[in-house]
Order: sequence, then C-alpha cells, then structure tokens
Amino acid sequence: MAEKVAFDLVSPEKLLLSEEVEMVVLPGVEGDIGVLPGHAPVITQIRMGTICVFENGQVVKRLFVDGGFAEVMPERCTVLAEQATSLEDIETSAVEQHIKDLRDELSLADSAHERAALETAIAVENGKLEAVNHPVY
Amino acid sequence: MANLKELKARISSVKSTQRITSAMKMVAAAKLRKAQDMAEAARPYAERIERMLGSLAAGASSSGAPAMLTGTGKDDTHLLVIVTSDRGLCGGFNGSIIRAVRRRIIELQADGKTVKLLIIGRKGVGLLRREFRDLFVEVYEELAKPIPTFEGAATVADKVTTMFEAGEFDVCTVYYNKFVSALTQVVTPLQLIPFAVPEGEEEQPTVGGAQAIYEFEPEEEKILAALLPKNLSTQIYRAMLESFAGEQGARMTAMDNATRNAGDMINSLSITYNRTRQAQITKELIEIISGAEAL
Repeated sequence: MAEKVAFDLVSPEKLLLSEEVEMVVLPGVEGDIGVLPGHAPVITQIRMGTICVFENGQVVKRLFVDGGFAEVMPERCTVLAEQATSLEDIETSAVEQHIKDLRDELSLADSAHERAALETAIAVENGKLEAVNHPVY
Repeated sequence: MANLKELKARISSVKSTQRITSAMKMVAAAKLRKAQDMAEAARPYAERIERMLGSLAAGASSSGAPAMLTGTGKDDTHLLVIVTSDRGLCGGFNGSIIRAVRRRIIELQADGKTVKLLIIGRKGVGLLRREFRDLFVEVYEELAKPIPTFEGAATVADKVTTMFEAGEFDVCTVYYNKFVSALTQVVTPLQLIPFAVPEGEEEQPTVGGAQAIYEFEPEEEKILAALLPKNLSTQIYRAMLESFAGEQGARMTAMDNATRNAGDMINSLSITYNRTRQAQITKELIEIISGAEAL
C-alpha cells in the first residue's frame, strides 16, 4: 500500500518518535488495535504492553509503553505515553536487578502511598520483562 | 581620608564578588537555554492531551462527566498550588509571586472561603511560613532539582487528585511565574479544577470537510476519568517548566545588574584610591621641598 500513517510517540518530556509507517499495532485496553491508513477516528486508552511498528508486513520496531492514550485519525496516529522504551534497549539483567532493588525498597517502605508507588514501578518492570520474553507478533 | 591599604582591600573584595556574579550569570544563561528547550520539548504532549480533552469534554454528557471536569458545584474551599524557586538570588522572582498569592488569600478569606496551600519550592515555604503556616497542606522542597521532571509533577498531581477525591477542596488554582523573556516574568493563575477547556481556535480534525466524530474505547467517561489526572500532571509540569525558565531568566538579569553595579563600584573606588595616592605623593613632595627650603 502506498499510503502511510504518520505515527507519533510523545512523552511528557519530549517527542520520542515521529515517522511514516505502514501499520502500527497498539495495545488498547479492550484489545489490540491495528492502525492502517484510513482508520476511523478513535480515542483509546492504552494498557501496558508493546507497540509494534510494521513495514512491508514485518515488525520493524517494538516499543514498550507503560500505558497511556492514543488518538487515531485516518492519516495519523498519536500515542501519549509516560514511559516508552524500545525493546532492543531493554536489558533483562538490568531490569531484574532493578526489580530486586525495588522489592528491597518495598520491604522498607512504611507509608501506604510509597508502597503503592513502588508496586506500580515493579509492575512496570515486570511488564518490560514480559514484553522481552514473550514478544507479540 | 581612607587609607590606601583599606581601599585596596575593598577593591579586591568587590572584584571577587563581581567574578562570582558574572559566573552565576553565565550559568543562569546556560540553564535558561536548557529550560527553554525543555519547555519546547514538552509542548507536543501538552497540546495533544489538551486537544483530546477538548474533544472528549465536548462529547461527554454533562451528567456523567467526572467532578474533576465540572467541579463540585461549590467553591467554598480553594487549594492554591504555588510554584516558587528553591534558591534565591533571582531578583524579585519569588517576591512578586508571593505578593500576588498573599493578596489572593486575603481576598478569598474576606469572602469567607477556606484556603489551603500547597507549595513547591523552598523559597515559597520560607516566605509564607510566618503568615500562613496553618494553611499549609503540603510542601515540596527541591522537587525541581537539578531540573523539573515529569515524575516530580506527577507526585504533586497525585496529591492533588487524592485530596480532591477525598473532598478536601472545590477549586484548585496554580500560581506560577510565566516566562515571557529573560527580563519579564508574569505571575499567572491557572485554574486546574474544575478544568477550564481552553477557549479559542481549536484545530478540529476533519474528515472530508466534516468534523471528525471519534469513537471511544472504552467509554468516554472512563477515558475522561483516566485522562483528567494525566492532564493535571501535564499542567503542573508545564507550570514548573515555565517557572524554572522564569527563575533562570530572573537570575540572569539580577546577576547582570549585580555585575554592572560591582563594576561601577570598582570604578568609583579606584578613583578614590588614585586620588588618595596622588594626595599622599603631593603631601610628601611638599614636605621634602619645604624641608629643603628651610635649610
């Protein structure tokens, strides 16, 4: 297909990615959404998971996001995420170490608020591992 | 007349002060550039979240809309979030925001409203503590150190959200210094809750000339409920960035003035020093000559 989707990945601190792609698959909260050119306008919430960028029917890029929102229009697709990392940049050992550190902190944390924040962080790290170990598509 | 040694010491002390102020000016200028870049980089996210919110708010039914969007229907308790700097030596930067806040607090209290304060930045804490200590609900010091982060803003937003859900306030306004130029910062109040959908030319996405009707997944209310706290963090982050840029600008200007003042002072001290030296030489000469004449 000649047409392309303008795919933007934006974090609060900067524009992470902006390129023309053939198709993106988003992990929507109610199931994955494949976005091709001419998609109907949708606003959706995204769960933690992997965004896949397709080129010539092949996955060329996998990006881990910790959740967020996506706005889809016929010719563009914008994803707002707080954290996004390319799967290639995730090192399993580093993530595992990080999880261990967070667990240690969790055992020391005393306020419920602190504990909740740490638990969320651990869930995100686990999500990263899951994304690396079991790639979708 | 001051003696020469004393004058010399003064001159060298003013000189070293000048060196420090001019170094601080350089640092502030570099940080200002960085702050501006950060503000620039944060813009796409803020713009898009605002646009999404705009189209969601327009579509959401008024009855089912979350209270964060429509408000609680009262305005008895006001929460003021005040963004100040952690460090001083930046001219009237903190003074002007504190003045505006103080005026607002007195105004609200005169109307019989309850005021609560949430303060970001050490300077604001110090300046408001004496008068309004009992209004403080939360204080964040050194949150923006060395630079403001979204995480930091999210911490504040979390606190605000929790308080709102517990019904601890009805209206939330952020006060921050908006960066206009290195010379000017404007104290800006920004109402966060209830959220005021920005007025003006909204760029609506169009499909074949007609306005796009979005589908929502999950339902509008659910997205809205998740999006609003995110928007809160984004707005607070933006306020912190603006304030950070403003602080650097203010410090740059203040330090520039200080450097110039030090220069003036060095000049006038040098003149005094030279005059004194000249006078002393003349005096010595007169003594020698009159001594020679007496012979």
